[in-house]
Amino acid sequence: MKADPRGVLTGVHFLDGDHACCEGALAAGCRCAFGYPITPSTEVVERIAQRLPTVGGVFLQMEDEIASSIAIQGAAWGGKKVLSVSSGPGISLMMEHVGLAAMTETPCVFVNVQRAGPSTGLPTLVAQADMMQARWGSHGDYEVIALCPNSPQECFDLTVQAFNLAEIYRVPVMFMMDEAVGHMTERVVIPAADQIEVVERRRPAEPPSDTYALYRCEPGSRVPPMPPVGEGYRFHVTGLTHDERGYPVMNAEAQDRLVRRLVDKIRLAGPALERYEEYQVDDADVVLVAYGITSRVVQRSMQLARERGLKVGVFRPVVVWPFPERRLRELARQVKAFVVAELNLGQVVLEVERLACGTRTVLAPHAGGGLHAPEAILAQVEEVLR
Amino acid sequence: MSERINPVEPFLRMDRMPHIWCPGCGIGTVVNCFVRALLKTRADLNKVSVVSGIGCTGRIAGYFRVDSFHTTHGRSLPFATGLKMANPELNVWDFSGDGDLIAIGGNHFIHAARRNADLKVVCVNNFTYGMTGGQVTPTAPLHSLATTAPYGAFEKPFNLPFLADSSGAVYVARWTTYHVRQLTRSMEEIMTKPGFCFIEVIAPCPTAYQRRNRLGDGLEAMRYYKANSKVVHGADTRSVDIDLGGPIVVGKFVDRDRPTTLEAMRDELQKALGGKYVPYPTGVNR
Repeated sequence: MKADPRGVLTGVHFLDGDHACCEGALAAGCRCAFGYPITPSTEVVERIAQRLPTVGGVFLQMEDEIASSIAIQGAAWGGKKVLSVSSGPGISLMMEHVGLAAMTETPCVFVNVQRAGPSTGLPTLVAQADMMQARWGSHGDYEVIALCPNSPQECFDLTVQAFNLAEIYRVPVMFMMDEAVGHMTERVVIPAADQIEVVERRRPAEPPSDTYALYRCEPGSRVPPMPPVGEGYRFHVTGLTHDERGYPVMNAEAQDRLVRRLVDKIRLAGPALERYEEYQVDDADVVLVAYGITSRVVQRSMQLARERGLKVGVFRPVVVWPFPERRLRELARQVKAFVVAELNLGQVVLEVERLACGTRTVLAPHAGGGLHAPEAILAQVEEVLR
Repeated sequence: MSERINPVEPFLRMDRMPHIWCPGCGIGTVVNCFVRALLKTRADLNKVSVVSGIGCTGRIAGYFRVDSFHTTHGRSLPFATGLKMANPELNVWDFSGDGDLIAIGGNHFIHAARRNADLKVVCVNNFTYGMTGGQVTPTAPLHSLATTAPYGAFEKPFNLPFLADSSGAVYVARWTTYHVRQLTRSMEEIMTKPGFCFIEVIAPCPTAYQRRNRLGDGLEAMRYYKANSKVVHGADTRSVDIDLGGPIVVGKFVDRDRPTTLEAMRDELQKALGGKYVPYPTGVNR
């Protein structure tokens, strides 16, 4: 399906990542948003507050992030495409409801403009240290989808994709921006509405009846269709472990059946969820692995290395969770080493190390508050190749 | 002779019976009164949604045969707010216990009332956390006993009608589970009243509260409510505190009108944006 032209600001713009993310949400069909101010993500909700009333939507600033993160879920069941936006401490407060969305299979997008922590940390400065929180920050077993844009243009493009993936898989999608990408201003091209693919919510094919089951999947599918509220399905939604009808069931069998499906619908999605980019990996001895803003820094490191005659490539996961596993395993068989650069002291590197199966994997750490110097990453490449 | 069906049954998920509530619990009475109100007002059940948080009262959502949502502890009101904002034609009811709505959810409560979210909120106040076995809540009367107040509660409790009134609720009433007709009548009144409507229902928890405080069983609670309740419609909500063993002032205390969140939003946006504003439904006919 094509985007609703009302929400699409077609044209060539000069936007920062935060504003581009807002435009992506509107283009994707988001018509209901709830938020709470926090640096460096405030600009997203400011623009949403300004824009939504002009495209037929509603925005409400809630009393805190806890309220925002569950108000969007009420609105999702109310039939809307929804998002909430936050950063650092606000994202921590939202975590319980990431779990609720996973458990109740509520499609929603959580935008996290990452700043340095822990706790209040560096409110105005960049980090990429919420990657593991994005994956498993709520209690219990579940899987999410997490995307990492590296430019304002991608903040637009990938926000549209984030909404589409939320509808297809009925999971919370974590949109993992960072302060640098959020506050960086660049050219953003917003296509015409008929050039933007949006995924509409899949409704049950069957009419309301006494035998309707809220979480019954069609054969071969792990994602049930989602009924609209107010049309007679009279369904029950609960955060408790539940059966196909949505009714609470308190035993190990029901737990296994439900949680296994919630996890498998993402873990077994395969190529459908693979999004990555790679540069000069064909002859590479060393592949630099980076995402978000750092994936731009390592481009320079690669360039410097190539100038010195070193065979260095770049692998950039765009969807970081689930990690593009198949491709990384392939690369692991052909390269001498991976150097993983991220603005934390070692998070995604653990996943790379696991998939590298013995191929040397080295972390280029940075605690956040600034970006890596490309030369520092280069030095690590040289060290690895020595 | 045809089999007689309890008129309440079609409104409930009978395939989920028996329910989890203890004998003598007041929550079932609230469920009954709500069904009677739905019957009386001939509410369109497809458009009624029930939202709850966590706890004994939180289980109400699971037994109503309407679109129903059992959310997280304390957060039923922001969920309900989102639901109503997204789909203003819904008639959204929130049933919550005192710990759920007022302790962990207290901040959401005052803000939902302040912004006049168009929600019908029923708080079953049994002065305790029943599901976890009888801990002290912010409404527990001074000196009452709880597992986490083993020597007596020493904090001043919230007076819920005053809290709702001063936060901006457009309708505030209090009844006990003895007052089934009055409670049903209040529910009928707010069925179609726009804005944040609040009913406190004083209810017995024989298992976790009555017994520990030597207040007898459910029937004893009814006798107590009957003997000690005083109906004062329009009472100043500042004067309706509840003391252990003392009188309970009941009645309809507040009934006024002001724009709901969506109405106020519409008016403000229309004024500021003029033709650029794309009208959004309010769900209110006025």
